[in-house]
Amino acid sequence: MSSRPRTLYQKIWDDHVVESRDDGTAIIYIDRHLVHEVTSPQAFEALRLAGRPVRRPELTLAVPDHNLPTTARRDANGGKIPIEDPQSAQQLAALEKNAPEFGIRYIGDADAEQGIVHVVGPEQGFSLPGTTIVCGDSHTASHGGLGALAFGIGTSEVEHVLATQTLLLQQSKSMEVRVEGKIGPGVTAKDIIMHIIGVIGAAGGTGHVIEYRGPVFEAMSVEERLTVCNMSIEGGARAGLIAADETTFRYLKGRPMAPKGDAWDKALAYWKTLQSDPGAEFDTSIVIDAAAIAPSVTWGTSPEDVLQITGVVPAPESFADENKQTAAAKSLEYMGLTPGTPLTDIPVENVFIGSCTNSRIEDLRAAAEVLKGRRKADNVRWAIVVPGSGLVKAMAEDEGLDQIFIEAGFEWREPGCSACLGMNPDKVPPGERCASTSNRNFVGRQGPGARTHLVSPAMAAAAAVKGRLTDVREL
Amino acid sequence: MDKLTQVDGKAIPFGAKNVDTDIIIPAKWLKTITREGLGKGAFETLREDPDNIFDTPENQGAPILLAGDNFGCGSSREHAAWALGDLGIRAVIAPSYSDIFSGNAVKNGILPVVLPQEAVDRLMAVARGGDPIHIDLEAQTVTTEFQDRFTFEIDPFRKHCLMGGLDEVSLTLESSEAIDSFESRRAAAQGWISAGTNI
Repeated sequence: MSSRPRTLYQKIWDDHVVESRDDGTAIIYIDRHLVHEVTSPQAFEALRLAGRPVRRPELTLAVPDHNLPTTARRDANGGKIPIEDPQSAQQLAALEKNAPEFGIRYIGDADAEQGIVHVVGPEQGFSLPGTTIVCGDSHTASHGGLGALAFGIGTSEVEHVLATQTLLLQQSKSMEVRVEGKIGPGVTAKDIIMHIIGVIGAAGGTGHVIEYRGPVFEAMSVEERLTVCNMSIEGGARAGLIAADETTFRYLKGRPMAPKGDAWDKALAYWKTLQSDPGAEFDTSIVIDAAAIAPSVTWGTSPEDVLQITGVVPAPESFADENKQTAAAKSLEYMGLTPGTPLTDIPVENVFIGSCTNSRIEDLRAAAEVLKGRRKADNVRWAIVVPGSGLVKAMAEDEGLDQIFIEAGFEWREPGCSACLGMNPDKVPPGERCASTSNRNFVGRQGPGARTHLVSPAMAAAAAVKGRLTDVREL
Repeated sequence: MDKLTQVDGKAIPFGAKNVDTDIIIPAKWLKTITREGLGKGAFETLREDPDNIFDTPENQGAPILLAGDNFGCGSSREHAAWALGDLGIRAVIAPSYSDIFSGNAVKNGILPVVLPQEAVDRLMAVARGGDPIHIDLEAQTVTTEFQDRFTFEIDPFRKHCLMGGLDEVSLTLESSEAIDSFESRRAAAQGWISAGTNI
């Protein structure tokens, strides 16, 4: 082993090499695998056809999230309420059958622990610092907030992990992102990551693993770090991570699947070695001025189309790049926006608070703080809160947050992915706008023709109160 | 996965360029829970035409598909390869492919043969005449019963996978001992990681 200073990414990589190959690829051991109902059925089917078992069932955790309705799942007698869409029902039934058949721990649709895989993993202590974590879902990057190397994979790779507990990988380049200076009022982790994506672009992190470094990220809670790492993929990076520290250790201690007793002490000693060494070199370094970050909102159909809420809708010709000009013109047409319009003049008919980006307890607290004693505007037709897990929901109810949301005119729903991608019945109608705490503002993402404006939970709450995109600092 | 050393038989003279994965398998088929049965959805929009090339009696069950440049462009859906396989296709012959599609094809035991447009044109004529085409993967040749003989290039790793009937899973399982010893070291030094949901 060379004594050359190593990045955190390099350390995790080195600790997971099973076998290096001449062509630069390596067999990398996978410590944690999360499975949901959409990208797993064919992987299980392939194992069945080949007569292969799951190599290490205890390293995989299965939980349904994408297709589940966020309305009640059990009737008054505890009976299962049938799911209307037969294909959704079929995918859910497949996971419910596959997981136990292959010896995998399954969290059921109505269990208290059920939720979005990326909320459940950290919450259960299944996701741990220094581990490799994969899931057939691009937002697996979230778990990097615990100092893990976490990334999304395709269905064949899901099968590969189930069968071998490894992946054949080529090492990525490394990128460090630092935010220097003091964060201003009203600026949240969501605003910071959206701003970063605006700076580096939606393909800026392609081929890289990002490490977010420096005091701004060190001062964040684990929930905030999960939000930052979650959207690494919107910046093109398959993974993003933040070194584990005392904040991480405090968060994990006592969680159901976190190590205990002597094992905890051993784990802690190991985790404390997992930072980038002084002098470690990154292939790319980005420094961002904290003073340039304000509460933010997207105006277009790419996550890089982000502006401070005090801005105006940009004109396509304001972009230097010709391709971007064309893309911006298309985006504005889809979004029904006119250049020069102040962003705070854009009305919204829908507000969605949820998704693997912003559905944890701190997100709900931030939104509730804005909504306390207020009500949604009359032009806001549909406002829903979808907690990230049953445990988040219960905690919020203990704190009385559900009552604040309900009194403000929001619907208080069951956990799941919901209107982030509308695979379940929660969709934004064509032509309508949604202030959304999710991660993608793609064409048709929240439903055919839906117009998405990505914002933080506090900004979503502010938009609900005013019935238009709003600078939360004014409330 | 079945071993693929030779593909012999009828070829469908399709020939179209820029065939995207939406054409190969439309989005509505993606909510399925198995890889099988997607042949029904393969080229669905084209097959609405009763005289389409895929459903004529002479082309039913043909193992080879002839196509134009940039075959399989568009989305990454592995369903495209699954659909072709279910239709009975074991090899495609075209001047070029999207990277993602050709990777998915090999992972699913389908050989993507790259030949220049002139060669594809000649094979189209042979196929239209109802005569068979022979592909020999080991020799890397495509031949006909009319003395045609074309050679093609293929990545040695892909060739190895196809000829051995090896999917990536099988290949990695060749390193089972290395995985075993990694796991033993891990269990001894960091049992808390190995415990997983069994903690």
